[in-house]
Amino acid sequence: MGAQLRVYRQKIKSAQTTKKITRAMELISASRIYKAQQRLAAANPYSRAITRAVSAVATFSNIDHPLTTEPAEIRRSAVVIFTSDRGLAGAFSSNVMKEAEQLSQLLRDQGKDVVYYLVGRKSVGFFSFRKRAAIKSWTGGTDLPVFTTAQEIAEAVVDSFNLGFEDGGVDEIHLVYNKFVSMISQEPQVVRLLPLEIVEGVATPEANEVFPLYEFEPDASKVLDALLPVYIESRIFNAMLQSAAAEHAARQKAMKSATENADKLIKNYTRLSNSARQSEITQQISEIVGGADALVDTSDKE
Amino acid sequence: MADKTLRVELVAADRAVWSGDAKMVIAKTVEGEIGLLAGHEPMLAILGSGEVRITLPTGESIKATAADGFLSVEHDVVTIVARDAQLA
Repeated sequence: MGAQLRVYRQKIKSAQTTKKITRAMELISASRIYKAQQRLAAANPYSRAITRAVSAVATFSNIDHPLTTEPAEIRRSAVVIFTSDRGLAGAFSSNVMKEAEQLSQLLRDQGKDVVYYLVGRKSVGFFSFRKRAAIKSWTGGTDLPVFTTAQEIAEAVVDSFNLGFEDGGVDEIHLVYNKFVSMISQEPQVVRLLPLEIVEGVATPEANEVFPLYEFEPDASKVLDALLPVYIESRIFNAMLQSAAAEHAARQKAMKSATENADKLIKNYTRLSNSARQSEITQQISEIVGGADALVDTSDKE
Repeated sequence: MADKTLRVELVAADRAVWSGDAKMVIAKTVEGEIGLLAGHEPMLAILGSGEVRITLPTGESIKATAADGFLSVEHDVVTIVARDAQLA
């Protein structure tokens, strides 16, 4: 076998092995998207109920809570970045990092300090490569987020929010994560978590509708005290679930195109190796014919 | 009033635990136990950890435990939201 032919065969083999891996990853991701979507749907009633309750308190009572009031001056912002733990998901993590970089630039232009909270090994890697500091990071389990992690993150950010600026606390909190739009599309999202401004899904009472008079037990400010951290937790958990579903979708897409690419490579190399084999045969035949001719020539002369 | 029912949703952090119609809901708030019937005024209360009893229109009752959450009543819809909730 010729050297060239051997090289082509090697390349075909390596593309086939890669294809097997990417194909398996594609199938695994495809099955996990479904699960991640189900988890997202299962957590929905909770976040909907909490959102409704928060908007009820915000609408039907006029108390000033530190979590809802805009500070006079925002001097330091926290950015929570949700990436994946593992790569091979196309531009999934880099999209979020890009969005976060843009946001930080914007905040710095407004004269604010920016501090980071990181979720996912990819963002931690991004930061350590650039030798930048993050206050806290959580790694592991981004593809299957658990509620306790959301609780930890919420506790950390709310604590630092409640801390004054002088003590190193932050005045506002942003979340940057990938939103699961559909199987083929994920959108990086930037959400300002705190202070709360607009509460999503508020049913604004119509003009002729009578406002329900809410009774709060024990009282409105206590209810809000208990409710807001829970609301933040649920928003963070929602971001994590969205990010997980989007990660699987992104990985499936990336692995699908990788598999297709491997197919194309295999086809091209097969063509090349066929023609290499053919030219080798042609060369051998012409060598034999040439040799035979030479023998005939020499025997003629005798 | 007697034929009116409440719509009850019992929700935990990562799933909906139970939902359906009920005649009466008894839950424990931080202030004490509270019983809710149809036509109750809108209310938001912090849940104490304890048992939630739901009486169905058929007279049967369902028991569940809920901790660390809150309870809201609005237009005969009772939502019990807890980080940790399960049917007993």
